[in-house]
Amino acid sequence: MEQSNQQHADLARKFNGNESRVNWHDETLWWIRQKRDKIVWQVPEWEALREAASQIKHHVLGNLADYLEEFERNAQQNGVTVHWAADAAEHNRIVHSLLQQQGVTRMVKSKSMLTEECHLNEYLAEHGVEVIDSDLGERIVQLLKEPPSHIVLPCIHIKKEEIGELFHKYLGTPEGNADPQLLTHAARLHVREVFMSRKVALTGVNFAVAETGEFVVCTNEGNADMGAHLADVHIASMGIEKIIPRREHLGVFLRLLTRSATGQPVTTYSSHFAKPRPGQQMHLVIVDNGRTVQLGREQFRNSLKCIRCAACMNTCPVYRRSGGHSYHTAIAGPIGSILAPNLDMKQYADLPFASTLCGSCSNVCPVKIDIHNQLYQWRQVITQNGHSPAAKTAAMKVMATTLSQPKVYTLAGKAGRWVLRNMPWLVNNRLNPWYKQRNMPEAPKQSFREWYAQNKKQG
Amino acid sequence: MVCTKQKTGIEVHMSSRNKILSAIRSNKPGAQPLPGITGFTAQQPDTERFVNTLQSIGGRVVRVRSFEEIIAHIREAFPEGTRIISSLPQLAGIAETGWSNAPAHSLENVQLAVFKAQLGVCENGAVWVTEQDIVQRAAAFIAEHLAMVLEESTLVATMHDAYLQLHNQRYGYGVFIAGPSKTADIEQSLVLGAHGPRTMTLFLV
Repeated sequence: MEQSNQQHADLARKFNGNESRVNWHDETLWWIRQKRDKIVWQVPEWEALREAASQIKHHVLGNLADYLEEFERNAQQNGVTVHWAADAAEHNRIVHSLLQQQGVTRMVKSKSMLTEECHLNEYLAEHGVEVIDSDLGERIVQLLKEPPSHIVLPCIHIKKEEIGELFHKYLGTPEGNADPQLLTHAARLHVREVFMSRKVALTGVNFAVAETGEFVVCTNEGNADMGAHLADVHIASMGIEKIIPRREHLGVFLRLLTRSATGQPVTTYSSHFAKPRPGQQMHLVIVDNGRTVQLGREQFRNSLKCIRCAACMNTCPVYRRSGGHSYHTAIAGPIGSILAPNLDMKQYADLPFASTLCGSCSNVCPVKIDIHNQLYQWRQVITQNGHSPAAKTAAMKVMATTLSQPKVYTLAGKAGRWVLRNMPWLVNNRLNPWYKQRNMPEAPKQSFREWYAQNKKQG
Repeated sequence: MVCTKQKTGIEVHMSSRNKILSAIRSNKPGAQPLPGITGFTAQQPDTERFVNTLQSIGGRVVRVRSFEEIIAHIREAFPEGTRIISSLPQLAGIAETGWSNAPAHSLENVQLAVFKAQLGVCENGAVWVTEQDIVQRAAAFIAEHLAMVLEESTLVATMHDAYLQLHNQRYGYGVFIAGPSKTADIEQSLVLGAHGPRTMTLFLV
């Protein structure tokens, strides 16, 4: 599933091979962004809510160790077993050992981006454990043997006809039928059988409340609850940053989350898990996997405020036109591009450059992460560490020379305009990276400097 | 377990827990006070808004004055012989009420589950129940159809107002339910009835 060694630009080019699909993808995500706007405008205190959420998260980051200890203490008192994992490998080992203790080789899992980040499914498959993803979109990409392309809408890049074909092959739906109602019902029956037969269910965690030791999981489908309530063992995986201080703070975050994500007033289910059912085991795995390092990076620690709503992806002009897979990391889009370089600066050196720095992401972020500013800062850190792409470095050097010498600049401008006017084929070709998936602009006859000099004389 | 070498040269085994906590303590930003959120509470509930919001997310709202009306309404949609479960003694005539110790898996053929919700939230159409209200956690999810009874007097304006009432409540499990289970994963087409109940009817008393 890993698409390593390929850069964002290469993968985006692949996605751009089908222009009508790119346009459809772009328009679908923009439609969700507009739904978000519509519902946000109905909340007069929206900006105050964002500010409160951002400050609560900031406060948590400053007291995170204490809150994690408080959370652990309360969860244990509630009868929950708490595990700590320093990295993805340890997380996966813990989950596997819990499955082994139960003597089972099958598990049902609801959506958890953390387990995507840890590549849990692949790890368990290597150890002979079958995982069924129960979220419809995740089940679809799982059957396609692809990773999710979006953290909230995992199969946003796939057309219903392809899903119809896929379900015909795996679930026996009628050939050529792409009716979402029929396909969803087929998936319901298929996954219902899974819920009824699995002894272990894994879910993610949206919020973990220090004061009470409970954790909250949000879904529209009800798949987290179906899995957890019918299983003997419930495992919940959470990053250390999911903590909020008190239950009342859920009011702030639940108001922000789904409005930002899909433009709904709230998810269908906001499930508060405090104690296991009688006879049930409940395990929480608290995962670091690079988060403490990010906490120490002053200019990037705000990224740990993220509540995974994906508003930054839906609004991003680059994400909408390059697709989630072009980011070659579990969490795509603007937020993923500031989280991934923390995990591996070299492997993800391309991502902070996959942005126009337009700032739309920061404008919609419900916890006010300065996303575009962090992307800009990562570019500098990556370049200082010698990881910036070679072609980009060379181009930057040429640009620095040109911009620092007025005569060279004037000459280069003249040459550029002349070429665009008289020999457009020289730039409108496949050798020019700026021409890829774009049209070059029409060149004006004169530069501003020439125009100014001329008009000053006339004036 | 992770091995770290301390300055003394003695190898010390440190649990991941302690390693994570100490990394946090050395990397954390300076303390910033927790902001107050009391300014968001105490808005006036608006029944019309609750009804409209719940309907807009796929819920059905039926205004009733008595359990007789509720029973009549249920009987219209679910003829005798369909499996109905409830926690409400008033519905004992049409629903099973003695299923608290039944295995959760045995509820799979339940057509309708009827429960009483503690409060409703006008801004998003959600109602709050804990496992006391729904008897078994799976019951509110495994049934084909779900119905909730809610007293209009319990409506609150926003989630802040809801948590103002819930902040000291003790429960093993609680859930806000807003409409039927749904998905839009296939080309953003909304389909009601993903993995949980396919319809959600709210009897507003």
